[in-house]
Amino acid sequence: MTATTLHHLTRGRYRERAAHVLLFFCGTLSILTTLGIVAVLLFETLAFFREVPLFDFLTDTQWTPLFADKHFGILPLVAGTALTAGIAVCVATPIGLVSALYLSEYATDRVRHLVKPVLEVLAGVPTVVYGYFALLFITPLLQTVIPSLSGFNALSPGIVIGVMIIPMVSSLSEDAMYAVPQSLREGAYALGSSKLQVAVKVVVPAAFSGIAASLLLGVSRAIGETMILAIAAGQQPRLTLNPTVPIETMTAYIVQVSLGDTPTGTIEYRTIFAVGMMLFLGTLALNLVSQWIKQRFREQVG
Amino acid sequence: MDETTALEVHDLNAWYGHTQALRNMSLSMMERRITAVIGPSGCGKSTFIRCLNRINDLMPGFRVAGRVLFKGQDLYAPGVDPIEIRLRIGMVFQKPNPFPKPIYDNVAYGPRLCGIKERARLDALVEESLKKAALWDEVKDKLHHSALALSGGQQQRLCIARALAVEPEVLLLDEPCSALDPIATGRIEELLLDLKKNYTMVIVTHNMQQAARVSDTTAFFMLGQLVEFGPTSQIFTNPRDKVTEDYITGRFG
Amino acid sequence: MRIEAHTLARMLSRRRGMELGFKALAVTTLAIALGSLALLLLDAIADGAGRLSWQFLTSFPSRKPEEAGILSALVGTVCLILLTAVFAFPIGVGAAIYLEEYAGKSWFSRVVEVNISNLAGVPSIIYGLLGLELFVRALGFDRSLLSGALTMALLVLPIIIISSREALRTVPRSIREASFALGADRWQTIWHQVLPLALPGILTGSILAFSRAIGEAAPLITIGALTYVAFLPDGLFAPFTALPIQIFNWVSRPQAGFHANAAAAILVLLAVLLLMNALAVFLRQRYQKRLNL
Repeated sequence: MTATTLHHLTRGRYRERAAHVLLFFCGTLSILTTLGIVAVLLFETLAFFREVPLFDFLTDTQWTPLFADKHFGILPLVAGTALTAGIAVCVATPIGLVSALYLSEYATDRVRHLVKPVLEVLAGVPTVVYGYFALLFITPLLQTVIPSLSGFNALSPGIVIGVMIIPMVSSLSEDAMYAVPQSLREGAYALGSSKLQVAVKVVVPAAFSGIAASLLLGVSRAIGETMILAIAAGQQPRLTLNPTVPIETMTAYIVQVSLGDTPTGTIEYRTIFAVGMMLFLGTLALNLVSQWIKQRFREQVG
Repeated sequence: MDETTALEVHDLNAWYGHTQALRNMSLSMMERRITAVIGPSGCGKSTFIRCLNRINDLMPGFRVAGRVLFKGQDLYAPGVDPIEIRLRIGMVFQKPNPFPKPIYDNVAYGPRLCGIKERARLDALVEESLKKAALWDEVKDKLHHSALALSGGQQQRLCIARALAVEPEVLLLDEPCSALDPIATGRIEELLLDLKKNYTMVIVTHNMQQAARVSDTTAFFMLGQLVEFGPTSQIFTNPRDKVTEDYITGRFG
Repeated sequence: MRIEAHTLARMLSRRRGMELGFKALAVTTLAIALGSLALLLLDAIADGAGRLSWQFLTSFPSRKPEEAGILSALVGTVCLILLTAVFAFPIGVGAAIYLEEYAGKSWFSRVVEVNISNLAGVPSIIYGLLGLELFVRALGFDRSLLSGALTMALLVLPIIIISSREALRTVPRSIREASFALGADRWQTIWHQVLPLALPGILTGSILAFSRAIGEAAPLITIGALTYVAFLPDGLFAPFTALPIQIFNWVSRPQAGFHANAAAAILVLLAVLLLMNALAVFLRQRYQKRLNL
């Protein structure tokens, strides 16, 4: 156009380049975060394994790094995590799936619009609040039914974690069911099926991969849960499947050490990173498998 | 009739990824004339016109070979800034796409990007562009109302005004009337004939009667290739190619 | 297919029974889920409403439950979330803009996308471990407000990026095309056209991300936020505490008085969350009406 234009175009070129570079760095920060997590965990874990043999770590049945007689077997912590996550999944799966089925195949739009946001609230409650609920309401309540239930146990937080992940299982499964083409349902209806038969025999199998992916994500979330367990599960690592006694999970152990005054650079300090590494690998594996299943599902349904 | 060439295309080939969209196209568009591009769906009309202002550059995987000369300069030569090109070759799209902003700000957007800030100058530019697009009388009292409140035909004229505000030399129109009703279409066709006095225009249309009404030269594309190109009157009354004749007479497309 | 009349009648009535049975089951399960939520709220209100008072909001923690309050925790939470936002919002939105507008569909963009969705699934305590080694130790920021904010910023970054990208995607391509055709470059198009339209969605998503961050305790405990803090943070490098940590501290004490305090603090925390979510919803409604896109 004119000289003004030319001047602006030149300035614009510099500004565009500057914007591009700046935004590129913002974009790469997430990669740096992942690298940071891996680097930090690896660094301390390798230092840990210089003092503790990997074999002992994976097979010893006692976890007592903070006591005089030190054992570094991770199995009790893994058992504690698995137990509470297992209980959580037992609670969340039936409730989540039935809710998802109902909301997807039966509920009217009005009911769906009312119920879904309220379910989402369950996912938004801070975990310390759930911890309070587990310790001071659910545990005493369960003790009236199970007198031998100890004050700290795996059952109560397990149930509460289950309630917390219901929205995750429910809404992801519902998405999977919603994606099933209407034509499949119509085919079944045309053969004289009832709504329930269509739901159970057609929709659920077709949405199966999506449902499985959602369950895996729920397990991953349960495994990574910290505060509910730090509050209500106890601090006694023990290799057991008994839900009525105190246990300790991987996450709660990290909290326990962080609350104390363990000096940095010691073997006790390094244990939280070794445990953290196990936790990270476990949840990463579950998330990746879940994504892979969802990808295959997307290809199947088209 | 004094005729100079505004745009010349030489051996233009274009690909979307692995699919070839344009094959060995060569044609010239004259200054202050309207060139129409017609052809059945998928023949490459839109792809072609979008090569002329390099807006296809924004498509990932799009590749071009060949030359597009504007006033003698190859637009695809290395070092040529696409942004400068778009200030001289403007475009109006198929579906009117005004910004969800006031009418004034729509028209003033381009000039503001060029660094024009003085209120008086912007006001004059906005008024002039809206007058050229035959929209001024209808919107002069509501310049600060949202552009989305206008009718489809008015929105398209607004898009024309907006394109004219940066004072281009060429105006590319990609099926500008296909989303509009016949009355709005008629008004825009009148407008184009009026704008011809000062602007070179290339119009893509799937409406042959429109091409016949409005253009001076017509190019007929098929499957990414130029089949025939010549004065509109000749193409529509005495086409040289049989395929052209079949298309014109409605045997296909 | 021919079925005898009474067999058909039996089959249909059995089906109807099962349909009813399932609907009853569904209602029961939904009742359990929603009922748990209600129970939780009622329990907190029953235990804690009595402790809510001006004194509670303005006192520091104390060894005596009746005198303890959440002042340091509340101020700590507010400072922490504001500082977190200062770091996380511009970087998160910037990353979203880069991925959505500049990187397009390249392999780099795909790698970053997968990486971000993995990061969103990493347990929050792992972020605490990262913050501990990186911010507290390596960079020497010690167990301060700054370390806490940086750690929380890394935690919420994936969520902000994901929701901002969705918001950017809702802007129609035709707007960008129109801008480019008028001679704008990419940044001008983003700044003048795309961002203003995507901003409500970006803000809503970010506020929701921060409201999740407010409830987090695990990463903060790991980087060393103290659980007994009887002073207000006086700078970026000051030690601090936050509401969820205070709640955790009180719940872990055996005395019933502290449990009541915990419940009251829970009510305050839930109130803050309610406010933030209401703000997010309000913003979304208001801007959707304005732009009627």
